[in-house]
Amino acid sequence: MAASMGESDARHLLARTGFGPTTTEVRTYAALSRDDAIAKLLADVRTTPATAPPAWINEPGPFRRPGPVASAEERKAFQQGETRRAAELRGWWVREMLVTPSPLTERMTLFWHNHFVSSEQKVRDARLMYAQNATLRAQALGNFASLLHAVAKDPAMVIYLDNAQNRKGAANENFAREVMELFTLGQGHYTEQDIKEAARAFTGWGVDRDTGTFAFRPRLHDDGEKTVFGKTARFDGDAILDLVLERRETAEFIIAKLWKEFVSPEPDRRSVERIAQAFRASKYDLKVALRGLLETNAFWASDNRGTLVKSPVEIVVGALRQLDIAPDDTLPLAFAVAGMGQNLFAPPNVRGWPGGEVWINSNTLLARKQFLDRIARNDAGAPPRTAVATMTAQLADTNTDSAPMMATREATLAEINRAARIARQIDRSTRNLRFEAARWLSERNGATRDEKLGAAKRLLLPIAAQLPVADDADVTTAVAASLLDPAYQLK
Amino acid sequence: MTIDRNRRRFLRATAALPIARAVGCVTFGAASVAFAGTPATDRAFDSAFDRYRHLLVLVELKGGNDGLNTLVPFTDAAYYALRPKLAIARDQIIQLSDRVGLHPALAPFSAFWRDRELAVLQGVGYPQPNLSHFRSIEIWDTASRSDEYREDGWLTRTFAQQPVTASYAADGVVIGSNDLGPLSGSGARTIALADTPTFLRRARLAQPAAAAPNKALAHILKVEADIVQARGHLATERAFEIEFPASGFGNAVKTACQVIANPSGVAAVRLTLTGFDTHTNQPGTQARLLAELAGGLTALKSALVELGRWNETLVLTYAEFGRRPRENLSLGTDHGTSNVHFALGGRVAGGLYGETPDLTLLSSDGNPRHALDFRDVYATVLERWWDVDARNALGGRFTAVPFLRM
Repeated sequence: MAASMGESDARHLLARTGFGPTTTEVRTYAALSRDDAIAKLLADVRTTPATAPPAWINEPGPFRRPGPVASAEERKAFQQGETRRAAELRGWWVREMLVTPSPLTERMTLFWHNHFVSSEQKVRDARLMYAQNATLRAQALGNFASLLHAVAKDPAMVIYLDNAQNRKGAANENFAREVMELFTLGQGHYTEQDIKEAARAFTGWGVDRDTGTFAFRPRLHDDGEKTVFGKTARFDGDAILDLVLERRETAEFIIAKLWKEFVSPEPDRRSVERIAQAFRASKYDLKVALRGLLETNAFWASDNRGTLVKSPVEIVVGALRQLDIAPDDTLPLAFAVAGMGQNLFAPPNVRGWPGGEVWINSNTLLARKQFLDRIARNDAGAPPRTAVATMTAQLADTNTDSAPMMATREATLAEINRAARIARQIDRSTRNLRFEAARWLSERNGATRDEKLGAAKRLLLPIAAQLPVADDADVTTAVAASLLDPAYQLK
Repeated sequence: MTIDRNRRRFLRATAALPIARAVGCVTFGAASVAFAGTPATDRAFDSAFDRYRHLLVLVELKGGNDGLNTLVPFTDAAYYALRPKLAIARDQIIQLSDRVGLHPALAPFSAFWRDRELAVLQGVGYPQPNLSHFRSIEIWDTASRSDEYREDGWLTRTFAQQPVTASYAADGVVIGSNDLGPLSGSGARTIALADTPTFLRRARLAQPAAAAPNKALAHILKVEADIVQARGHLATERAFEIEFPASGFGNAVKTACQVIANPSGVAAVRLTLTGFDTHTNQPGTQARLLAELAGGLTALKSALVELGRWNETLVLTYAEFGRRPRENLSLGTDHGTSNVHFALGGRVAGGLYGETPDLTLLSSDGNPRHALDFRDVYATVLERWWDVDARNALGGRFTAVPFLRM
């Protein structure tokens, strides 16, 4: 039997594949060998959420926004309802990330959300966004080929990338272009002519807005011959996706992107090629891909620890998990995440959040620190108020087209008006969170206060702290120091 | 131009005298047009002649403003043929010449035009235009060719090559956006903020730290250091006599003026006005946005006149692209290519530049040819406003457009 890997490796594996590892999780995994730990992570993967989604996802009713004859009141009611549902959906996903027994499932679902991008702000139907989220989770660590075919016919995607407007004689190239550029091959591995021809193959793909399901409209479909990648036939959309999946570049593109998500900022070309080959040989089994990446020496190398920047959800969800804080309501946390630049279900554009160092500028770094400072000091802070009631009231008086929290929507100017409000919302998002540093610290390993602080630091930080803490600091300040240390932004 | 050359030579010569340097340091003000020479031998004196005292304010018209309804070729029959529903009525147009005039919502620009402080740059674009929002703005922000991928913003490259005085609050300040655009990359000290009070309240959480073991951490420490540098300088709240418009853009302009009022200086400020992607129901949306733009920039001028900085300020608009001349079937316009942009400031040489697009000579996708390369406009900023070598930042030689009186 292989040796157990110990707490440091366990912490690294869990931080990279989940959200802020807890002491309990670290203990469980520390007893396993690296291979057994990877096997356990992959065996625990889910295909459905662990929490119940908002009740309205099953409500029947029109999936149409108000038509041209709708009254102003009808439009306003629709917009307010949609804004509220989108906010609740964000809150639901944050809860799922917090409580799921398989954080890796949610990390991969989020990875695919940022790969197969669709935005609620264009789709304007939270039910379709939930359906897409479920599709991404069902294959999160399943099969990439199945996932690609499913996403192509996903109603939110059909709307988001304009396939709904793609018809014979008036092709819309948006989806065909992004499938090749962003979803599979990457730039430089196809021609403009390939895109034009592929776009014809996707004509007639649409959404039935009454049922919210994919609809193929044969009369709008161009069933003539198309030439793509030098092959000529009467390809339909699925056939184009199969052609794309036949190409070596697709596997390499996906593996390189997964490398940046899980291993290090700079993919190693030879390792990527090797793992991509196994990935293709498995007919796109994503567990093969992930196991390949987690087994590389680069994944475990000490030089690569603390080299990836946490995303806003990793900061928020991770901190709550690590500090054993169980929030009653997660909606305010979704607002906090958005204020840090990651408005779930609304990436800034089809390329998604760029991630990495781009997460951090003076504005977003201070939003992160404000949140962490507040939760760390909550035991000294003001008594909790009815944050949720306040936020809901704010949602209700938000007018027509403006969600109250669009911090991440590309440079929305409305953002400026709301900046102070966002800062207040981050405050509010932490107000109902109970954290008692002394009690939390007493549950860490070690006999003395210093040993316990050392254990806390090792749990919270991937590398050594960058800032010193005064020897006479009280417990709250000492714990806060780890959360506010620059190293806490890393994983 | 000759006067300018002579003045520069004079300043360079006087810079050699210690006493003149000392005086230059203290008396630097609105009346001065000092430019330091760039040769290495003169570098020692750069501190006396602060090129970045010349402020650049960039205004991004995000989404791609429709230039054809911004500067209207009101005598062109092709315009009315392409815009049967969207054409601006001739009697509404603010006439600038016998051929072109401004959208009525830009009425406040008449005062700039009358004072010859408004340059209208026509047909700004680039070869082999890309019609994707994010790729095209990346081309503009990084000053790249259409087929070239560069990472750093053009201002970041400039400040890396020709550093801004260390005592400045920051090299660049990005207001109201998390996307740093022309200031992205690690070579510049860039602050992104939404408003100064929020920034200052949070900024105490930043702390300087020592060297970093990896790139990601180095980036975080740099941002912390930039915040620490800026927070001390931005702390003074300046009361302006003028009232800023009560719009989102008005608030951004107000924040910009608070930033600019800090005595230690910033070299560049970037504002964003968003919502110009008018595929549907363009008229109301564009009119509202252009009115916000004109109102905001009018307030900006008043505030900068109060600060004595208007003659040291250049305001430039930009966007990822213009819009298709032929209107679509939804009372809107689709992504296009070249576009009209504005330069405003106390030292702008007012007038029309570039060429009014020929609407009878459109490409196969229905767009006009560009007349000015956007990098020609950037070269004007770099070479004439800041007196820095533009070749590195722009990746080649471009021709400055003579829209500055230097």
